[in-house]
Amino acid sequence: METVKLTIDNKQIEVPKGTTIYKAAKGMGIDIPVLCYMDLHDLGVENKPAGCRICVVEVEGRRNLAPSCSTACMEGMVVKTHTPRVINARRTVMELILSDHPKDCLTCPKSGHCDLQDMAVRLGIRNIPGQEYAEMSTYKKDFSPAIIRDVDKCIMCRRCETMCNQVQTVGALSAVNRGFTAVVAPAFEQDLEKSPCTFCGQCVAVCPTGALTEVDHTAKVIRAIADPTKTVLVQTAPAVRAALGEEFGMKPGTLVTGKMAAALRKIGFDYVFDTDFAADLTIMEEGTELLDRLTRHLNGDKSVKLPILTSCCPAWVNFFEHSFTDMLDVPSSAKSPQQMFGSIAKSYFADKLGKKRDELVVVSVMPCLAKKYECQRDEFKVDGNPDVDYSISTRELAHLIKEFNINFAELPDEDFDRPLGESTGAAVIFGATGGVIEAAVRTAYEVQTGKKLEKIDFTELRGMEGIRTATIDFNGLPINIGIAHGLGNARKLLEQVRSGKANFHAIEVMACPGGCIGGGGQPLHHGDSSIIKARMEAIYREDAGKEIRKSHENPYIQQLYEEFLGKPMSETAHHLLHTHYFNRKKDVYIK
Amino acid sequence: MTKVKSLADLKKMKEELQAKIEVREKGEVSENLVQIKVAMATCGIAAGAKPIMEFLIDELDKRGINAVVTQTGCMGYCYAEPTIEVKLPGKDPVIFGYVDKKKADEIIEKYIKNGELVDGIIPTNYETIDNK
Amino acid sequence: MHILVCGGTGCRASSSDAIVEKFKSELAANNLENDVQVIMTGCFGFCEKGPIVKVLPDNTFYTQVKPEDAAEIVKEHVIKGRKVNRLLYLDPAKKEHVSDSKHMGFYRKQIRIALRNCGFINPENIDEYIARDGYQAIGKVLTEFDPQQTIDIIKKSGLRGRGGGGFPTGLKWEIASKNKADQKYVVCNADEGDPGAFMDRSVLEGDPHSVLEAMSICGYCIGASKGLIYIRAEYPLAIKRLKVAIAQAREYGLLGNDIMGTGFSFDVELRYGAGAFVCGEETALIHSMEGLRGEPTNKPPFPAESGYMGKPTNVNNVETFANVCPIILKGADWYSSIGTEKSKGTKVFALAGKINNVGLIEVPMGITLREVIFEIGGGIKNGKKFKAVQTGGPSGGCLTEKHLDIPIDFDNLIAAGSMMGSGGMIVMDEDDCMVSVAKFYLDFTVEESCGKCAPCRIGNKRLYELLDKITKGEGTMDDLDRLRNLSKVIKDTALCGLGQTSPNPVLSTLDNFYDEYLAHVQDKKCPAGKCKALMKYVIDPEACVGCTACARNCPVNAISGERKKPHSINTAICIKCGACIEKCKFDAISIK
Repeated sequence: METVKLTIDNKQIEVPKGTTIYKAAKGMGIDIPVLCYMDLHDLGVENKPAGCRICVVEVEGRRNLAPSCSTACMEGMVVKTHTPRVINARRTVMELILSDHPKDCLTCPKSGHCDLQDMAVRLGIRNIPGQEYAEMSTYKKDFSPAIIRDVDKCIMCRRCETMCNQVQTVGALSAVNRGFTAVVAPAFEQDLEKSPCTFCGQCVAVCPTGALTEVDHTAKVIRAIADPTKTVLVQTAPAVRAALGEEFGMKPGTLVTGKMAAALRKIGFDYVFDTDFAADLTIMEEGTELLDRLTRHLNGDKSVKLPILTSCCPAWVNFFEHSFTDMLDVPSSAKSPQQMFGSIAKSYFADKLGKKRDELVVVSVMPCLAKKYECQRDEFKVDGNPDVDYSISTRELAHLIKEFNINFAELPDEDFDRPLGESTGAAVIFGATGGVIEAAVRTAYEVQTGKKLEKIDFTELRGMEGIRTATIDFNGLPINIGIAHGLGNARKLLEQVRSGKANFHAIEVMACPGGCIGGGGQPLHHGDSSIIKARMEAIYREDAGKEIRKSHENPYIQQLYEEFLGKPMSETAHHLLHTHYFNRKKDVYIK
Repeated sequence: MTKVKSLADLKKMKEELQAKIEVREKGEVSENLVQIKVAMATCGIAAGAKPIMEFLIDELDKRGINAVVTQTGCMGYCYAEPTIEVKLPGKDPVIFGYVDKKKADEIIEKYIKNGELVDGIIPTNYETIDNK
Repeated sequence: MHILVCGGTGCRASSSDAIVEKFKSELAANNLENDVQVIMTGCFGFCEKGPIVKVLPDNTFYTQVKPEDAAEIVKEHVIKGRKVNRLLYLDPAKKEHVSDSKHMGFYRKQIRIALRNCGFINPENIDEYIARDGYQAIGKVLTEFDPQQTIDIIKKSGLRGRGGGGFPTGLKWEIASKNKADQKYVVCNADEGDPGAFMDRSVLEGDPHSVLEAMSICGYCIGASKGLIYIRAEYPLAIKRLKVAIAQAREYGLLGNDIMGTGFSFDVELRYGAGAFVCGEETALIHSMEGLRGEPTNKPPFPAESGYMGKPTNVNNVETFANVCPIILKGADWYSSIGTEKSKGTKVFALAGKINNVGLIEVPMGITLREVIFEIGGGIKNGKKFKAVQTGGPSGGCLTEKHLDIPIDFDNLIAAGSMMGSGGMIVMDEDDCMVSVAKFYLDFTVEESCGKCAPCRIGNKRLYELLDKITKGEGTMDDLDRLRNLSKVIKDTALCGLGQTSPNPVLSTLDNFYDEYLAHVQDKKCPAGKCKALMKYVIDPEACVGCTACARNCPVNAISGERKKPHSINTAICIKCGACIEKCKFDAISIK
């Protein structure tokens, strides 16, 4: 490899050609402050617009200061990272940024997790000279069902734009206006809801400030719990247990399933259930649908649409409803686990309790912001009453736990309630990219071939590669599987399908990089993608430790079919557990 | 129109075109051919060069003067737009500034017809590339 | 015979009307009124030595003529044919009298290279261009030189980028030529955006083919077959003429495939910009052409490595291209004989502001500001005092009296705290408030910042606010400190050329007119009387007769007083509209 030698802060270093000053310095233990810069290395995402100018350094012979995040090391370069000139520039630029930033840290949802706040502390900013004369750039607030845009707090780091355009290829967000009024917004400064936004929440996940946050439902949840006329059920998504601990200072990858159940009970939920149960149910429905389509296809039925696409991920659903409107009959009609849970809770379980559906409040804890949007979609309501009333994020649950004065770390492990709390290892892995399809394969294989699986782990389906393909041998029948995480990868795969270039039987898509563990509602990773990897390992650890690891072996699922649904894809199942998709291509309205 | 197929072609073409223009400039085509250029860059047009050009074309025709009026680019005298350059046969070109219809009329009557200069001449103050 | 009397503003101020009258009466006295005409002309641009009188047909050039000289000129020159030596122009170098204006150095001050065809040819007729050596340069290059030889000529000529940066053009071409790629692009930057500047527009409107020809030469040098002109949509006439020119050149086979049978192919397309100033920055320009947001990205990579559509791209400004063909035809040595050691050739300037001869000029590098302003530009309007000249547009600075004699070139202007820029030159007189001037430019950069980097997006706004505060009389000494620090940090940290230079108007006025800032801050006074907030209307009780005219005309009833007694103005209410001054017949009201 070609290398270059340079001097940073009087120390010689040799680095591969093309290495930035920032990375070279980091390798020497010099931590140059960066603000707009973000490197999600494991996802292949780097945001370096060189816009904030906090990371500037002095390069000998150069007229002005150089942004270290995006300036490549050159042979013989002499770099100084903390001269008075540099420190003064950094501080002055930081004062400028703060001079156009609201000072409502006390009530800001990002307070305590804010990169800008941290940087102000680090650079020792104590006052903002001339603030009394400084005009602030202000914009209208945008409230969508999932995401709130308060772009008065936008610092133009462009991280959200990188996620939305490069990673997700959604194109909902980009810089608009010029100069002092420049800000990141949907086209024509429309509301998010009128944009192609899928509510995947990746913008929120990377936003360094309070400009992009989730809609907070914790107050409504507390009120529901406090209401004696309501029975409040909670369901928790697989990915939550692999990340919640981070909010309490635990190492990324710590599993807190038992503590989480205990905490939810302490908060006062009447029933602590698990979305994993519904994940097993999803496999029953989706797996059966796959086999049904496959069998018909093998029998020569030309009307069958293959590949079948998973439909668990609501952001993905929003994405194809907007971008692949010609393929609306391709995805599985199975609802997502969250919605299956709500549907069963407010029918089967409500019957068991002898209560009417509106006496039940179903709360979901999700690693996701699109779930907030999903649960308020009209097709998931009965007489205006939603199957899932409130969806809160992992972060919101952490706030609740803290607010309820619970010492999370000291909690003993507890179990979920029955019947909707029992799940298998197949359900847990829904939280990681490739997990849904692996769970489906575990069940479909046994149902299709009538044989018992010798090896339950399909490691060929796992990993962080953006697009993965594998062929699974179904007793002589090769089943081609595609996996994509990140909507940009999904688009690539879908375009291959659309043009007839790809020959898959089933495709799993997760909108967020890494799958739900990297969801927009998870504890903020602050640009450290190794955290996502650690969560993934935790998910597979949980699966490996489970007694039952195949969905169709879940006794409570079997009971549900016996008592209520009949068999997968029965009429009742169809009514309660399946949905259809809409063309949601947005027209752009210009005022 | 023929294509320029080689450099030799182009050179030949140049000679012909130049000769044509020189002949015109030296007034050898016709004893009386008057050549007028109107500065028609954005600034000139904004200052009203278009109606002046039309006026000149119409009036010279009406008054039976053998003249050719062409547009050209900016002469650089923004303070004195519209500007026109008048070249009488065998004489150095003269630039007139602040040309309105009244002035144009005066230029036709006095300078073009009788060679009498009128107020508003702009002295050229640069060297052309050919002299340097 | 004609006697031309300069009627420029400067000469007129010093009695040229009287000179005309005197000539007429002298001629009449000698019965010569029908043989000799006296003509009032436009400005000769030599106001320093005015009033000027020129006698035709012998081109005799008299300077500093007084009305009483008319008799002698008529008697000696007109009647006897003897020139009046004492009035002839004295060549300061040779200490000789020069009689024929054609030999005067003054008239060699401007050399038209880039503007060689502007105002000479009909821009919509390719034949006229060809008649003036058009397309000879590309023909010569294609048949006589290989690309490197051509690049060497440009390098040797010393031509530097005329868009403002002054990067050596030949070197730029060489870098682009060395990057290997299946497709490369030549881009002409016609996104002229400095306030008051229109050099590029004039070239494109007056001589579009010169740019097309130079672009194809560049294409040959760097190995590109495609040229793009990025032109602002606000230049409809330039666009129209370019379209005509491109069509004609294609028809003649001077653009397109196999040009002049040499196998070289090159064609040009237009791309329209929406007039964003920052799109003159080459990376922003390229992004804009790609259909992206017009904002700059960090360099490197330079466009020469990865430009339009990720391909090696050479971006030059219109005026740079306009210099190329003469260099090829007349040689690098010819070109490099003009100008200073490090800045060769000529520069086109758009002279504007408080100057008599507002206009477009082309002068050799090395000319002094004094020559440009006082000789070519004809000096300051209305006989006012010169105060400053702003060069380089919003990125440049204000230079003063003490800079008037430095030779203009890229490096000297930067050393003086300004820059060449694209060629805007705005002259200011004693009535201009320098704080307000700095504020004007900041207003422009605040408007035109793309908003990508924090120092430019927020910093310029804060600079503007500080300047605004100072012009309102609310500034403090602390603010002056902040102004300077902020300016330096913005220069040091902004992403692109726009931001890195935007504080120049502030810094150069702080350096050169610190007193004026102090006057605003400490004395709460605007010496130029421009800052409305610092003006006070007062009635002189001695002069006021109590006619009540002012009070009756004051729109806000700020004036009170009894009839026939001195009136007074309530400054808290007064909106400084000036209505009272107009109405006062006794000059009793003044601005302080």
